[in-house]
Amino acid sequence: MFKPRLPFRKKMGSVIYVMFLLATMIGIVGLVVLLAQVLAEGAPWLNWNFLNSYPSRHPEEAGLKSALWGSVWLMGLTAAFAIPIGVGAAIYLEEYAVQSRLTGFIEINLSNLAGVPSIVYGLLGLTLFVQWMFSGERVLLAGAMTMALLVMPIVILASREAIRAVPDTYRQAGYALGAEKWQVVKGIVLPQALPGILTGTILAMSRALGEAAPVIAISALVYLTFVPAHPLEQFTVLPIQIFNWTSRPQDEFRGIAAAGIVVLLVVLLTMNAVAIILRDRYQVRSDT
Amino acid sequence: MPVNLAQSEISQIETRIERSESSAEIAELEQGLQVWNGRLERIESQSPFSYVERGVVSAWEFFTGTRWTPILKPRAYGVLPLVGGTLLIAAIAALVALPVGLAAAIFLSEYAPNKVRRIVKPVLEILAGIPTVVYGYFALTFVTPLLKILFPDMLVFNALSAGLVMGVMIIPMVSSLSEDAMNSVPNSLRNGAYALGATRVEVSLRVVVPAALSGIVASFIIAISRAIGETMLVTIAAGATPNLTINPLESIQTMTAFIVQLSLGETPHGSLEYNTIFAVGLLLFFITLVMNLLGHFIVRRWREKY
Repeated sequence: MFKPRLPFRKKMGSVIYVMFLLATMIGIVGLVVLLAQVLAEGAPWLNWNFLNSYPSRHPEEAGLKSALWGSVWLMGLTAAFAIPIGVGAAIYLEEYAVQSRLTGFIEINLSNLAGVPSIVYGLLGLTLFVQWMFSGERVLLAGAMTMALLVMPIVILASREAIRAVPDTYRQAGYALGAEKWQVVKGIVLPQALPGILTGTILAMSRALGEAAPVIAISALVYLTFVPAHPLEQFTVLPIQIFNWTSRPQDEFRGIAAAGIVVLLVVLLTMNAVAIILRDRYQVRSDT
Repeated sequence: MPVNLAQSEISQIETRIERSESSAEIAELEQGLQVWNGRLERIESQSPFSYVERGVVSAWEFFTGTRWTPILKPRAYGVLPLVGGTLLIAAIAALVALPVGLAAAIFLSEYAPNKVRRIVKPVLEILAGIPTVVYGYFALTFVTPLLKILFPDMLVFNALSAGLVMGVMIIPMVSSLSEDAMNSVPNSLRNGAYALGATRVEVSLRVVVPAALSGIVASFIIAISRAIGETMLVTIAAGATPNLTINPLESIQTMTAFIVQLSLGETPHGSLEYNTIFAVGLLLFFITLVMNLLGHFIVRRWREKY
């Protein structure tokens, strides 16, 4: 005879439900604990002096000026490489490319590149840019080119999504008015896709901001007491400075590392917030 | 000129210096040695693939050796300790992230009301956007001291702490991709099961999860691949001791952490020791590439068609 055992199954159901709920909380709790720990350790060290002085062996004097400006430089240069090439590639693949074996190959490669470990990009940058292009000099430009390679797949994927989301009727309306292909792309598709492209770009930049491994692999310096003045100078960035402080034995440097992390996270979360706001704002506008 | 020619010339001169008696001859030979060293350096700086040409380490030694000491004498170039360390960390991370991530995905897809999901999902995704140096710091200064209460003889740099934190880091990767897969399971399957009298948990675990299995497995593979390639977290928290062990309380070194260690050090460019990072990097690239291809393949081939 069939026994439904419904009360037992329902009880099991609620037990397992609680487990699902707890599992969802683990990540959130982890995030909260991490942020609280970093804030608690870092807050005492956060002041104007910290932002505006160079790294030092003495904890009281240590600051992240060179790393902060190095990160700003690296972001700017990375964006200068990654955005035009990435968006250009996305426009080509979405609007111009005919489905062929070549485009299929490019697509498979793009999705695979997004999964390549960042340290491998660092080794590539070390060989390609530092050793070949700049004959052994670990300059900002080489770092930016390495980072651009790393984030390019993200920019391309996000831009393609955004371009694909523009309805075809818009394009046809453009053609009906007698516009050329490029005029349609420039005047109709790109403005419509811009919020999506911007969102993807900002997220890619925030990835580049947080990455330390590729920059370490191209041997960026960890101890620098000047702000780079042009793209052919040596540099250091925030994550490397934090990494360096983390590996110091003195207890004070733990607090300083935490303070550096707070700065890094504030910049990152601001960028992410900007990305979200941009997306929301433009979405509303294009709906009305 | 091939690198090994210059090398053999150098070693010949070196033996002649050792055997020679007169100081004048030694001085002359040393001059010659300098010239050849300069040539060797120039060749190596020109050819970034010199480590391939040199062929000093046999593939057999590289893949089967159980000692990895490229910068300490006696030198040994067996990559297994690095691979073992990498897999140990990835395994601990997987033990955390796969069940937790899957359970979170089931909750988000099958239980959570839309409002909750729209808040929880982005919050979880923040986890994936936090720089990995931050996770390294967290593992070293918070999780390790906490675990020391449980395991007093644990080392400061250890695989367990790094693996656990890595597990939390890759939860969103599993939960987000798995949730997408479960979301695309059509409601008719769920309704059919409810009509047969199944409870919600039974529908989730016995209908939705099997139907979305290809997507779930792919998310597992991609998350593990990410754990294998992760660098800063393991460099900071797991140590720098190439160590073929399955004891998570010990200090180990991963492939990525080794590359960082050598990049930071004083090892001269072009030397064999230095070029080991390319060999290790290449191996790492192939491992992650195969896993990513496998992930894409599973999604494409075994996706249930509705």
